[in-house]
Amino acid sequence: MVGYIHSTETLGTVDGPGRRYVVFFQGCPMRCLYCHNPDTWAIGGPNSGRQMTAEELLAEYDSGKEFYTNGGITCTGGEPMFQIDFLTELFMKARAKGIHTCLDTSGITFNRANTAYLKKVDELLKYTSLVMLDIKEIDNDMHIKLTGHPNTNILDFARYLSEKEVPVWIRHVIVQGYTQDKEEQARLGEFLATLHNVKALDCLPYHTMGKNKYDNMGIKYPLEGLPALTDNDAIEARNNIIAAWKVKKAELNALEAANKQE
Amino acid sequence: MREEWNGFVGGKWERTIDVREFIQKNYTPYEGDDSFLAGPTEATKTLWAQVMELTKQEREAGGVLDMDTKVVSTITSHGAGYLNKDLEKIVGFQTDKPFKRSMQPYGGIRMAMKACSDNGYEVDPEIVEFFTIHRKTHNAGVFDAYTDEMRVARTNHIITGLPDAYGRGRIIGDYRRVALYGVDRLIEDKKVQKDICGTGTMLPDVIRNREEISEQIRALGELKKLAAIYGCDISKPAVTFQEAVQATYFGYLAAVKEQNGAAMSLGRTSTFLDIYAERDLKEGRATESDLQEVIDHFVMKLRCVKFARTPEYNQIFAGDPVWVTESLGGMGTDGRTLVTKNSFRFVNTLNNLGAAPEPNMTVLWSTRLPIGWKKFCAKTSVNTSSIQYENDDLMRNDHGDDYGIACCVSSMVIGKEMQFFGARANLAKCLLYAINGGIDEKTRVQVGPKYRPITAEYLDYDEVMEAFKDMMKWQAALYVNTLNIIHYMHDKYCYERLQMALHDRVVKRYFATGIAGLSIVADSLSAMKYAKVKVIRDETGLAVDYEIEGDFPKYGNNDDRVDLIAADIVTMFMNYVRSNYVYRDGVPTTSILTITSNVTYGKATGNTPDGRKAGAPFAPGANPLHGRDSHGAVASLASVAKIPFKDAQDGISNTFSIIPGALGKDDKVFAGDLDIDLTK
Repeated sequence: MVGYIHSTETLGTVDGPGRRYVVFFQGCPMRCLYCHNPDTWAIGGPNSGRQMTAEELLAEYDSGKEFYTNGGITCTGGEPMFQIDFLTELFMKARAKGIHTCLDTSGITFNRANTAYLKKVDELLKYTSLVMLDIKEIDNDMHIKLTGHPNTNILDFARYLSEKEVPVWIRHVIVQGYTQDKEEQARLGEFLATLHNVKALDCLPYHTMGKNKYDNMGIKYPLEGLPALTDNDAIEARNNIIAAWKVKKAELNALEAANKQE
Repeated sequence: MREEWNGFVGGKWERTIDVREFIQKNYTPYEGDDSFLAGPTEATKTLWAQVMELTKQEREAGGVLDMDTKVVSTITSHGAGYLNKDLEKIVGFQTDKPFKRSMQPYGGIRMAMKACSDNGYEVDPEIVEFFTIHRKTHNAGVFDAYTDEMRVARTNHIITGLPDAYGRGRIIGDYRRVALYGVDRLIEDKKVQKDICGTGTMLPDVIRNREEISEQIRALGELKKLAAIYGCDISKPAVTFQEAVQATYFGYLAAVKEQNGAAMSLGRTSTFLDIYAERDLKEGRATESDLQEVIDHFVMKLRCVKFARTPEYNQIFAGDPVWVTESLGGMGTDGRTLVTKNSFRFVNTLNNLGAAPEPNMTVLWSTRLPIGWKKFCAKTSVNTSSIQYENDDLMRNDHGDDYGIACCVSSMVIGKEMQFFGARANLAKCLLYAINGGIDEKTRVQVGPKYRPITAEYLDYDEVMEAFKDMMKWQAALYVNTLNIIHYMHDKYCYERLQMALHDRVVKRYFATGIAGLSIVADSLSAMKYAKVKVIRDETGLAVDYEIEGDFPKYGNNDDRVDLIAADIVTMFMNYVRSNYVYRDGVPTTSILTITSNVTYGKATGNTPDGRKAGAPFAPGANPLHGRDSHGAVASLASVAKIPFKDAQDGISNTFSIIPGALGKDDKVFAGDLDIDLTK
């Protein structure tokens, strides 16, 4: 089997724990306004990336494995779950070699109703050490505005991962006018409190470094003129989310304790 | 046991000069974190403010505040100089006042004159006359012996940066011996050495050794006088931590008063000195703050070491570096770490005094270093960008656990090994000579031998490789012979008497050479092998430019097809160097470490077959050429790591810049496991 790979990065330090080999998958159905990798969207056309086998990717990993002692391999993109069969093969072979596997996904392809697909997801999760789940926005209308898709399946994927007890890091990009609303952030925190598998929360300030790519590709940059945010904006958002999370968690814990007593 | 050594574990080191054994028997490895460290004292802050003010004045004055034009610098040439006598815990400047640069003409009077005149000063005419007529310099000696071929090679930059007009440096005296044994004992030892040196036939080598040891003994006598000028007695072993640091510094100060070397490194002092710190702590003689203050003041003095140099010199070396390299940490051969609390104190000066390039703090890195030390170094690196890291696991195999770094990467066992510094050969230019039959592509002078040039329209890998090997063989031979002259004359006219007095009698001498332009050569050959390289020739038939058709693997992407070309070239060049006679039984080595001069070398080199344009900078050291590594840092580093250390034992450097954000998550933005556990 071959995968359509946009590119690889041999020293990833911000895409999962430790130093990692990062594989950028080609192809994504989402069109997030702030996407900084528009060159990974296309699939099936002339710009569908390099065709690579799992063995080729793992050979590249091996050639630098001394550097990845506390890290592993991260698949991102694009949307890696768009090529779920190839992704599963890659993770299976990686895990057979004892490599920590991390999936960076938007969860957009998830659909609990599709039993054949769900089977594939289960198979994938067997070989996945950690999922980094991008929750773009908690409010569905705003999510559609921001990404072109509803967040129903994404939030459901979050619940599913919790049921399956797959460790998850939540990633959340803070964008002025879209995800900077305090109440929405609190709602996200409350939602996260209902999950049992979240190990970390990573709030990322919106940056404009992707703009050049749009210019080079001759497409209009959707957020033209919108200012980049600072680390402090991200810290503030993170604090808002965690504050609401703690309150909700305490409530849930109290409820659980009460239920037990009964 | 001598009373100064009370509390120390005795051993062989008492009877023979053996600092390493003393360290091994007495030091206390430290595996904790940085929480014990002390901040700067009021005295430290006051003194440092003074240094900063002088630095400002120096900058405003155009780079030099004051120069000595009358007094030739020797170990005892100047009276005492202070910032503030009452506050300084460690004393001593190169001249009688801070920031006044000394005059050191033994390397070459013309260089000394130019260093003055370029900065608006003039050397006393009597001094000029003396060093022109009555006393020959290293520089004059070298040019008396140079062949025409050597001169032409030099002016055409096929061999470049040669230490033929300035001090070669790269020798590290074991300054710790001054503290541990006291100067009297060292003199006694040298007298014995002289007695056993050549009681048979007086061959030239024997005569030279006897004369050199006599000079060493004289220099040690002067070292005692230098201390006396500052009211100190270092004839006996040091007792307190402060005395030990001061004695070590006097040893170093004497060296920099006598030698304006291209790198004047300190060695590996901090763990040695920690033994005195621990003893003071144990006996209640000092607090942590007292100890840190002494180290802060020591480092302050090291930061004030300055030499008179020319703008051209500063261009080659990018600034005004002294290379006061101090090697820190590392692991012992017995598995214990050599990190001590004093290693922390040394690095902590970057926090107490602020970031600075000197002293060049070099952490000897091992995967097995204690985690507290690793974290402290990483944290300080992020905050100050002032720490250099080198692979202890690699170097320990060759040098054991008491080696130090001279300059930036040259490793040598302290007090037992030294180096003859050898600048570098421009391999990229050598490749162009191979193509053009020895004619320089910029000056059109026949510099190399008139070998048959390449005349094909497209460069054939095998044909060029054969020609390149022949040209490298010529270059290596000429290079080694040029260095033979240089080091002969440096020993004769500018001998490092004090530094060599702090060495054993039998010293291993590394004969260092160096390579510039490795990545250009590798990429050029790769282009010939995997793409098509068309030669553009001018009307005289000289190849002046190249057109590449197609793509080719580029060094820096962890691709064996080209990386192994680079590795092979290093081995080939090293073997050509090895096949020559080497001065004074030197052990030939080479380095790939043009950290700063890559810009200068680039200017002197024409278009190259890898597509690099004439005048464009070379990559620093063993780096891939700028922008050619496209697979991320690990792939780039993996390419460099394929270069065989055994054939580049003087060091392989890789310059690596990264924006802090790309190093990992900021712990304020990223909430990991701990924070969320609080909700339970």
